[in-house]
Amino acid sequence: MRAESPAPFDRVLLATAAKEAVRKLAPGRMMKNPVLFVTMAGAALSTLSLCNAGSDRVFVLHLSLWLWFTVLFANFAEALAEGRGRAQAEHLRRTRKETIAKRFRNGAAERVPASVLERGDLVLCESGDVIPADGEIIEGIASVDEAAITGESAPVIRESGGDRNAVTGGTRVLSDRLVIRITSDKGFTFLDRMIAMVEGAKRQKTPNEIALTILLSAMTLLFLLVCLTLKALGLFSGVDFPLPTLVALLVCLIPTTIGGLLSAIGISGIDRLIRRNVIATSGRAVEAAGDIDVLLLDKTGTITIGNRMASDFRPAPGVTEPQLADAAQLASLADETPEGRSIVVLAKQMFNIRGRELGRPQSTFIPFSAQTRMSGADLEGRSIRKGAADAIKAHIEQQGGLFPREVVRIVESASRNGRTPLVVAEGRRVLGVVELKDVVKGGIKERFAQLRKMGIKTVMITGDNPLTAAAIAAEAGVDDFMAEATPEDKLRRILAEQAEGHLVAMTGDGTNDAPALAQADVGVAMNTGTQAAREAGNMVDLDSNPTKLIEIVEIGKQLLMTRGSLTTFSLANDVAKYFAILPAMLVRRFPSIEPLNLMRLTSPESAILSAVIFNALVIIALIPLALQGVPYSAMGAAAVLRRNLLIYGLGGLAAPFAGIKIIDLCLAPFGFSGS
Amino acid sequence: MEPSDWLQLIFYLAALGLLTKPLGLLLFAVLDGGGIRPMERILKPLETLTWRLIGIDPRKEQSWFGYTKSLLVFSLIGAILTGLMLRAQGALPLNPQHFPGLSDHLAFNTAASYVTNTNWQSYGGESSLSHLSQMVGLTYHNFTSAAVGMATAAALVRGITRNSTHTIGNFWGDIVRITFYILLPACLGFSLLLVSQGVIQNFDPCTHAKTVEGRQQIIAQGPVASQAAIKILGSNGGGFMRANAAHPFENPTPLCNFLQMLAIPLMGSGLTYYLGRMTGNQAHGWAVWTAMIVLFVAGTVACASFEAAGNPIHHQLGIARADGNLEGKEVRFGIFGSTLFATVTAAASCGAVNCMHDSFTPAGGLVPLFLIDLGEVVIGGAGAGLYGMLVFVILTVFIAGLMVGRTPEYLGKKIQAREIKLVMISLLIPAGTILVFTALACVSRWGRDGLGNAGPHGLTEILYAYSSAVGNNGSSFAGLRTNAPAYNVTLGLAMLTGRFLVLVPILAIAGSLAAKQAAPLHAGTFPVDGPTFTVLLLGTILLVGALSFFPALALGPVVEHFLMHHGALF
Repeated sequence: MRAESPAPFDRVLLATAAKEAVRKLAPGRMMKNPVLFVTMAGAALSTLSLCNAGSDRVFVLHLSLWLWFTVLFANFAEALAEGRGRAQAEHLRRTRKETIAKRFRNGAAERVPASVLERGDLVLCESGDVIPADGEIIEGIASVDEAAITGESAPVIRESGGDRNAVTGGTRVLSDRLVIRITSDKGFTFLDRMIAMVEGAKRQKTPNEIALTILLSAMTLLFLLVCLTLKALGLFSGVDFPLPTLVALLVCLIPTTIGGLLSAIGISGIDRLIRRNVIATSGRAVEAAGDIDVLLLDKTGTITIGNRMASDFRPAPGVTEPQLADAAQLASLADETPEGRSIVVLAKQMFNIRGRELGRPQSTFIPFSAQTRMSGADLEGRSIRKGAADAIKAHIEQQGGLFPREVVRIVESASRNGRTPLVVAEGRRVLGVVELKDVVKGGIKERFAQLRKMGIKTVMITGDNPLTAAAIAAEAGVDDFMAEATPEDKLRRILAEQAEGHLVAMTGDGTNDAPALAQADVGVAMNTGTQAAREAGNMVDLDSNPTKLIEIVEIGKQLLMTRGSLTTFSLANDVAKYFAILPAMLVRRFPSIEPLNLMRLTSPESAILSAVIFNALVIIALIPLALQGVPYSAMGAAAVLRRNLLIYGLGGLAAPFAGIKIIDLCLAPFGFSGS
Repeated sequence: MEPSDWLQLIFYLAALGLLTKPLGLLLFAVLDGGGIRPMERILKPLETLTWRLIGIDPRKEQSWFGYTKSLLVFSLIGAILTGLMLRAQGALPLNPQHFPGLSDHLAFNTAASYVTNTNWQSYGGESSLSHLSQMVGLTYHNFTSAAVGMATAAALVRGITRNSTHTIGNFWGDIVRITFYILLPACLGFSLLLVSQGVIQNFDPCTHAKTVEGRQQIIAQGPVASQAAIKILGSNGGGFMRANAAHPFENPTPLCNFLQMLAIPLMGSGLTYYLGRMTGNQAHGWAVWTAMIVLFVAGTVACASFEAAGNPIHHQLGIARADGNLEGKEVRFGIFGSTLFATVTAAASCGAVNCMHDSFTPAGGLVPLFLIDLGEVVIGGAGAGLYGMLVFVILTVFIAGLMVGRTPEYLGKKIQAREIKLVMISLLIPAGTILVFTALACVSRWGRDGLGNAGPHGLTEILYAYSSAVGNNGSSFAGLRTNAPAYNVTLGLAMLTGRFLVLVPILAIAGSLAAKQAAPLHAGTFPVDGPTFTVLLLGTILLVGALSFFPALALGPVVEHFLMHHGALF
């Protein structure tokens, strides 16, 4: 799906959006946006007044046209944002072909269309079958191709029990056989919800959008009063302002820019998430992401790369480091675990000990087992073992050996430093300790520092003991950590943070994560997780990459910033528009106010028209910004504020002065020099 | 502006700045702290007696709704009693001049005017009101309406600072404590200070004097100092004399003039410190204060410059002093002493005047009008200035707060749809009322009949009248005969709207914020202190507060200004 994301200004998209912009003119749909509704009503009034415009007809005609354009441009912005989502939804829909399900009834499988399946039905899926609906595997293990949803071509393993028992409708079983219990009602499958979300069909205004709409509507009402009363004040002063002129003033003053772009901004925020392969169940969740100030991050996979790596050889007294490294490498040659491989690599890097063949008949590899909790190799009469300190100690003492006190000290110091000690023994002699270390992801510390600047606290969640956890926390630069954490601890932590007024985000995949995912303000479920986890969270990450939580927060922030910046820009524009229109309205009656025509616009008609044209064009000009969001970088609130204020506040004051002047110059040859 | 004018302005601002903290601390101690011990010792018995008499427990906290209900009931009863007293003053004692009762519409207008802390005077004090009406009917409101404003401000600040609760204080406790511990002692001291400068305080009937030309002059007498003190400190503005602070008995000396100007914005200024103290963010209090002072200084400098430049037509004719427009000003105060008073009284919603605003140059007269139309938030009236300003603060936080990428928060409280709705109501109602009533007067016969001047100047007079009424300022541009049924009724309604229809949504905001839980502050929180915030706040006030008045101002003083430079006068 990621590849399907359309270019922002695909030609087909533009054409569809243009058509849709006209269709949106239906008054019923316009009512939802009071600012644009007033604009359209103004355009209609201005058009009607063409009948008795007399000599001003050309001017009023142009004015009316541009007022209509203002509405159309705003509709176009919304349609374009929706269109981009719809293109993605189309792609999803194509994958949702009508499938035939094998449903168990009375012990036998019958073939029925997927559309008749109900929650609780049991279905059979064999290799090559498309899974008919969302469900839980209750029997079997299989590899499943989930490319339809995740865009990832490598198959994933799904099995009954445990945390990987969820399957999604529309994905395909590649091998083996599954019995699935359907867990979704028709029309509410994951794919359905995804399509609805992408299309914006069920889009409801988010809390901030509602508040902003109230502000914009109130401003519109205020300016409506201003223009209505201006008519009366004009009559008192001996000027009878014509209706189209008053409409022009009104449309220029009401916040059409942000009013026209508001829904496009919201839709494109969700769109940006989808392009990062994250599905949010509501726009509200995206907005909440911007407010997050506590991140609960799982250590493994988010902060550290999944596996521990050998970092140091610490020999026992009387043993040299190369001896220890040699023995450790021998014990690990056949060990295919990442830890084992990392020991081989470290020995090679430090002492240039090459990996040797273990093909000789007298050598055997002893794999790790839960009983012995050791692994190793027997070769050429040597018996080498490696394992946790207590396991090796038992192994040595069983053979009558002694576990040296020095090694006990090394083991303790390693634990204190957040390392995992592996003790290596040959026969009954302890050679020393290999230290395994959690490797903190590159760049993650800087990321956390940025988050801190943005006022976001990071909490690392780990099952490690407190000593290890503290060491990794310090290395990664998180603000806090929870060691030996259970899912219940997570839930308690979230409740405690929320009680202090924090908004918390977390990721999770297991069924036992579900309560915490549901409680968190933003709960991102991994797509590899269980159905329960995916239902509980308000976002699903199709890539199952926990680090993405940070990006989600950034997208939420960017969405709010875009809204705020364009609102500021829109309001600041009014100053210049006043300076264009007011003198133009008054100069015929009071010629002495000509000095107020700061921009030296050629004629009153040209001034009014230029302001209206600017007002319409600025919507088009800002569509890319609305769809892509304002440039974002991690900074403290004060710094972000100063930057955005400078660009959108000061810019909003200055831009229309320049814009209106340029348009006026362009209009000059067409002779709007008064009639 | 002369160097001496700059010096006076700097001295004035410094004195105001220095008094802000002690007054803020006093407000905090009286309203939300443990009081100040020596004062408590003297006044506590009086307070306790009051509680016993009216049978109210001031410690019982009220919800915003209960608070509002108490406030409205209290104001309504006060207004009705005052209206009746004015209507019946002819039959009441302490009426040495035997003035008859006021007409219905004038009594309504005057009662509305005083209960709203406006003190718009459609009547001439010394020539139509008995001493009883002045002292009991009006001065009572001068205290209580100021206390109501300050109580509302305190309730709003409590709403901002409290967490997850539904109460915002006790209305009765607030007004009684404000009156007993702040207004009464301050007025007692200030009256004595005024008397020391020569302001009169007596119960005598008018003095009949013979002038040098042998004509009879009637010189009004009365308890002026006590009423002048609360008129100033309570940002009321209604003078004992028709000439208000221009009258030598109400404002005799330059020192007295300075003290009065200093006392006008005192409560409003002190409340910003109270805000900082209550929110635990003193820098926020000062940021709000700075925004007020920046607008005030800009207004003062503009007004004084235009007045000092004078009228070009007069200059050409050589009939006026080349150095300024002294028409309608007291020579005792000069141009700067008058213009500073004008901007102070306009900014702080006081309405006391020591010169004729009607006689200002068009651009000079624009300044006080503009300061009123900003919503009386540039220091503003006692309490009303702060709560009006906080509405702009919340709006600023909302618009700019989105720009930092979070749901806007004011000191940790989320600003959401409900708050924005209430904020916009409290901004729309006054602005809309001013515009609609002005438009109505402009196109009505009764509106035009009251005009003393034609053209844009007349428009300015009407606009100023309704701005002053809605802003609860009370100063008059003059030139407009408003003691007529239509004007008295519409202005009375404008005053009531500007006060109570704004007060209710503001108390609702207080209740809504008090119920919220404050999020902890951190680096991502929108900062409400420092220069960036002050600039933003100024921007919001100018964009949202002023934009709606641009067209009206353009047709009034702006056009008049340009016409004057082309030789036309009105």
